[in-house]
Amino acid sequence: MNKFIRIDMTSLGVKIEETPEKYAGLGGRALTSSFVADEVKPTCHALGKNNKLIFAPGLLSGTSAPNSGRISVGAKSPLTGTIKESNSGGSFSQKMARMGIKALVIEGMPANDKFYVININMNSVTIDEAPPEILGGTGNYKAIEILSAKYGEKVGIAIAGPAGEYRLPTANISFKDPEGNIRSAGRGGLGAVMGSKKIKAIVIDDTGAGQVPIADLEKFRAASKVFAQALMSHPVSGQGLATYGTDVLINILNEAGGLPSYNFTAGRIDHNDNISGETLNATITDRGGDGKVSHGCHPGCIIKCSQWYPDKEGKYITSGFEYETIWALGADSGIKDLDDIAYIDRAMDDIGVDSIEIAVAVATAMDGGLLTWGDGKAVLDAVKQIAIPTPLGRILGGGTAVVGKVCGLYRVPVVKDQGIPAYDPRPVKGIGLTYATGTMGADHTSGYCIAGNILNVGAKIDPLKKDGQIEYARAMQIGTAAVDSTGMCLFVYFGIADSPDGYQALIDMINAQYGLSLTAADVDKLGESVLKTERAFNKAAGFTNAHDRLPEFFEYEPCPPHNVVWDFTPEEIDEVYNF
Amino acid sequence: MIHVKIRLFATLRENRDKETVIELSEGAAVKDILERLDISREDAAIILINGRGAKLDRILEDNDIVSIFPPLGGG
Repeated sequence: MNKFIRIDMTSLGVKIEETPEKYAGLGGRALTSSFVADEVKPTCHALGKNNKLIFAPGLLSGTSAPNSGRISVGAKSPLTGTIKESNSGGSFSQKMARMGIKALVIEGMPANDKFYVININMNSVTIDEAPPEILGGTGNYKAIEILSAKYGEKVGIAIAGPAGEYRLPTANISFKDPEGNIRSAGRGGLGAVMGSKKIKAIVIDDTGAGQVPIADLEKFRAASKVFAQALMSHPVSGQGLATYGTDVLINILNEAGGLPSYNFTAGRIDHNDNISGETLNATITDRGGDGKVSHGCHPGCIIKCSQWYPDKEGKYITSGFEYETIWALGADSGIKDLDDIAYIDRAMDDIGVDSIEIAVAVATAMDGGLLTWGDGKAVLDAVKQIAIPTPLGRILGGGTAVVGKVCGLYRVPVVKDQGIPAYDPRPVKGIGLTYATGTMGADHTSGYCIAGNILNVGAKIDPLKKDGQIEYARAMQIGTAAVDSTGMCLFVYFGIADSPDGYQALIDMINAQYGLSLTAADVDKLGESVLKTERAFNKAAGFTNAHDRLPEFFEYEPCPPHNVVWDFTPEEIDEVYNF
Repeated sequence: MIHVKIRLFATLRENRDKETVIELSEGAAVKDILERLDISREDAAIILINGRGAKLDRILEDNDIVSIFPPLGGG
């Protein structure tokens, strides 16, 4: 992979350069974060001309390695003001890698008000004017259909939805999946950065591309086989995720008393059976039609945690119907009807907003009296207003912190202005450390301590106690930063956490592809270096340790049923980044 | 004798009630429940008693609520 494409939206010019030497060994998050740290002014306004948006496939993307098709997107976040990397499935990453594109960078912004489509194929990179029929509130499902008809059914697409056009800080970047549906680089508002640069969509056509070069094909194949076996032989990555999807966590967190409910006022609900993974599975199975219990979000995925959720007549409503979205609308907002939640999920994908941020904002809005607890129909209407956008649409689209301010609340579940996801930090203390200290605001995926606190995967730590949590949160964040750089789906962790052979096979694949001899210690160092780079950017942007704190209410509002509060001291929290 | 409420999840519900109350003798442990319900130790990956993690040899008390999950994950 040697092409480094730079698109300057100020001059509407394209430069295709050789990949700079310092980025040659990097991919995914390691590449996007290094680039942002090198070239983006930390104090810039995220929606101004000095921010830059970068897309990069992972180190293993485009190869036959299972689950290696994640695309990383980086920039300064308009939601948090920190550095941001968000990754997604779809087919974009593998197409970029096969075309030899190490990174695609978008910089500057045009003087006029037109929106553009970047069109990338083996022969050229052009900046086309966006077709008017995909602008001004047109949903992502329709826009992807129109772009596929215009540029080819098999092209990869990255798109900023209506929320991105309006530069709302909850706007995501959506990616076309193999069936023309939607996957998202959800968190941190990167769709608003894309919209600020007047890019409506990026279309990529890899027709004529060769295969990704592999230095030692035989070793690569052998390692890939061991890796696939590790994933398939573990009951979580091999079976559980495909059967119940991520929503299986509803009942686990509910039983453990860590399912944030009614805007983080309790850790358990009574209507868990309405929204559980078991019910999701049974509903899809009973309804048949377009419904699929199991589905992969990118070619080469063998875990298949996604699904197609149909309506009562069997017609597709949504896919990638995730635990966090169902939790925030079902438990945190009290909506008891899974169909209502599915329609809201579809609307969020269609409008191009982060389905965690908006759903947490909805629960906060209910606490503030803007919406009624449990009223799914009213939430659907309010979310659809983001596409217009009405004042209520803009308020919700401003995210949880904005809603909290507008409603005059102190109970606002955010860290660095990003909504706290689906695990209460009071009874599940490890994840609280990740929320507090992560380089991108509250984000469970940046150090998934639920694995060892609740699921007994990779570690067994009492979630209600502080013992061992600091070291664990540190190790999980370091490991995650490394995995995010490979192009691997984070769920490979379930397959390799307790399998030394599986973990070694992941490293062996990278070594075989690039002719390297990395060790596990080198991979840890990569993770550490990514985190240090990101933290240095944040520091230069004005962030200090005082920003690495949970909202104060967690310290004095006990969370039932365990009735515990957040009790890590500032000094203890700061130990997480003492490496 | 003691009475314990058992909640089963995911694949453990196949051919079993999802919630049941069983009677056990004083001093019975979690492993006795697994034996009674024919659940292997590998299949009981997550065990919670009254919402707190518990091991197989944990002695049960009257009115305990025991939640048992097979190996599961998400995120």
